[in-house]
Amino acid sequence: MTVNATTNEHVDLLIIGAGPAGMAAALAAAPRGLSIALLDDNPLPGGQIWRDGPNAQVPKQAQDMRGRLQGFSNIRLHSGCKVVALAGAKRLLLEDAERGWVLSYDSLILCTGARERLLPFPGWTLPGVTGAGGLQALIKGGLQVKDERIVIAGTGPLLLASSATAQKHGAEVVRVAEQASLSAVAGFAAGLWRWPNKAIQAITLASAAYRTSAHVLTALGTDRLEGVRIQVGDKIEELACERLACGFSLVPNVEIAQALGCTVRDQAVVVDEWQATRLPDHFAAGECTGFGGSELALVEGRIAGLVAVGERETARGLWAERLRWQGFADRLNTAFSLNPALKTLAAPETLVCRCEDVRYADLAGHGSWTGAKLATRCGMGACQGRICGTAAQTLFGWEPPLLRPPFSPARISTLACLDEGESV
Amino acid sequence: MPELSIDGQPFRFAQGTTVAAALMSSGDRCSRTSVSGQRRAPLCGMGICQECRVSIDGLRRLACQTICRDGMRIETQP
Ligand SMILES: Cc1cc2nc3c(=O)[nH]c(=O)nc-3n(C[C@H](O)[C@H](O)[C@H](O)COP(=O)(O)OP(=O)(O)OC[C@H]3O[C@@H](n4cnc5c(N)ncnc54)[C@H](O)[C@@H]3O)c2cc1C
Ligand code: FES
Repeated sequence: MTVNATTNEHVDLLIIGAGPAGMAAALAAAPRGLSIALLDDNPLPGGQIWRDGPNAQVPKQAQDMRGRLQGFSNIRLHSGCKVVALAGAKRLLLEDAERGWVLSYDSLILCTGARERLLPFPGWTLPGVTGAGGLQALIKGGLQVKDERIVIAGTGPLLLASSATAQKHGAEVVRVAEQASLSAVAGFAAGLWRWPNKAIQAITLASAAYRTSAHVLTALGTDRLEGVRIQVGDKIEELACERLACGFSLVPNVEIAQALGCTVRDQAVVVDEWQATRLPDHFAAGECTGFGGSELALVEGRIAGLVAVGERETARGLWAERLRWQGFADRLNTAFSLNPALKTLAAPETLVCRCEDVRYADLAGHGSWTGAKLATRCGMGACQGRICGTAAQTLFGWEPPLLRPPFSPARISTLACLDEGESV
Repeated sequence: MPELSIDGQPFRFAQGTTVAAALMSSGDRCSRTSVSGQRRAPLCGMGICQECRVSIDGLRRLACQTICRDGMRIETQP
């Protein structure tokens, strides 16, 4: 049972998210000797790109960073730990598998990364359909896909990364459907000489099954996915497959930042050149400030970590590197911008909210997220609109919902810490 | 090889496997039943969609963010 003395803790610097940005921030700040807590809801540090598991090989850079994190006695890593609620100024209620507790901090760096944008289309609720990065994550976590036929659809370089992972584990990737046009993708690839290691990645990821101006229309099957119908240019093709992995680029995870009162614009946390948000002592780095790849996340993390411990001059020395990777991110975002046709994939009976099973037809008549939510319960289920609210923003242009506490389902005993903590 | 149970059925796993990967490899390869009765499987693989929520040793957890341990009891919503 939880002992009262352990329900309240304090750290000088709290970092939420242990992906490239969060790890880099912790390592940059640590030599100053302040107490640092690095928390992440996954069982292991690494974030999206360095996700570990029985089918994953974490690159040397990530292994080195992990080793260095362990070498600092002033860094405490809390894996499998999530933020449940705000508990007053600079205080958060946290929960892991064993306990719930309130952590107070002097400074906070948000490194919450990004998630995949998932868009509704007929059949997308069938078992066998996953996200594109989602499939990659599941394979790294031990899912066997040997000899399965897989179709990957959506947009962005993540489709190729997911395809490479699936093939490496014995799957037959029958189609990679990229919604962007050939000229957009070719223009993007042609600019890659500016970032030579990215160009090499692009070449090693290229696949014969790759088609541009191609998007999913319908996932076919009754109880389980059996095939997929795809638009390729002006033709429609039907392919039999065991899995369909669909992801439409990434959206920053800004919900915690928003709950704290940080300014968010165009779905990204707003930061200045010091990675500082508009809220004093609150910084943000990596993909929660906009999609940009791991190199940008790393340099932003280092800057945020340095600035949080007062080393502005050293941080300034990293601005040029950040600018260089920002250039890559900008090209990525223009090349893979979404084709408006993707907004019309859902049929009237397609479920948009998977938690409350709300159909497209029941949502489409409303003028705003709030109106739709009151009338249909969309976004009121377990994911709190993280999937359907993001989809509704793309489909209807509605402002996505704010999170309600608890931000993720929590135990009663954890919520009880909140009362204790607040009365202290 | 370590073993856990999914809805009472034994399941052997390689060290480090997530519960989501285990669910997708056993039984009807699903994790829950939706409010209108559809069977669902893990979708996002990264802790966002909540399609993978199951009961693990009596506590509600996300299968994609939980690593299999020997002797775990996993129950999916029928
Ligand atoms: C599914 C997926 C797969 C990807 N695969 C690749 C790839 O193969 N190659 C590539 O170059 N890029 C890939 N990317 C892009 C990748 O996100 C970036 O390159 C890089 O990982 C960004 O680093 P980051 O530190 O900003 O965020 P992330 O790596 O996303 O790390 C953020 C971390 O914070 C955690 N987190 C978020 N909110 C909370 C919270 N409230 N409480 C606790 N923890 C929280 C997340 O679980 C995550 O572990 C992928 C992205 C996604 C979404
Ligand atoms: S699969 Fe989406 S939360 Fe686990």
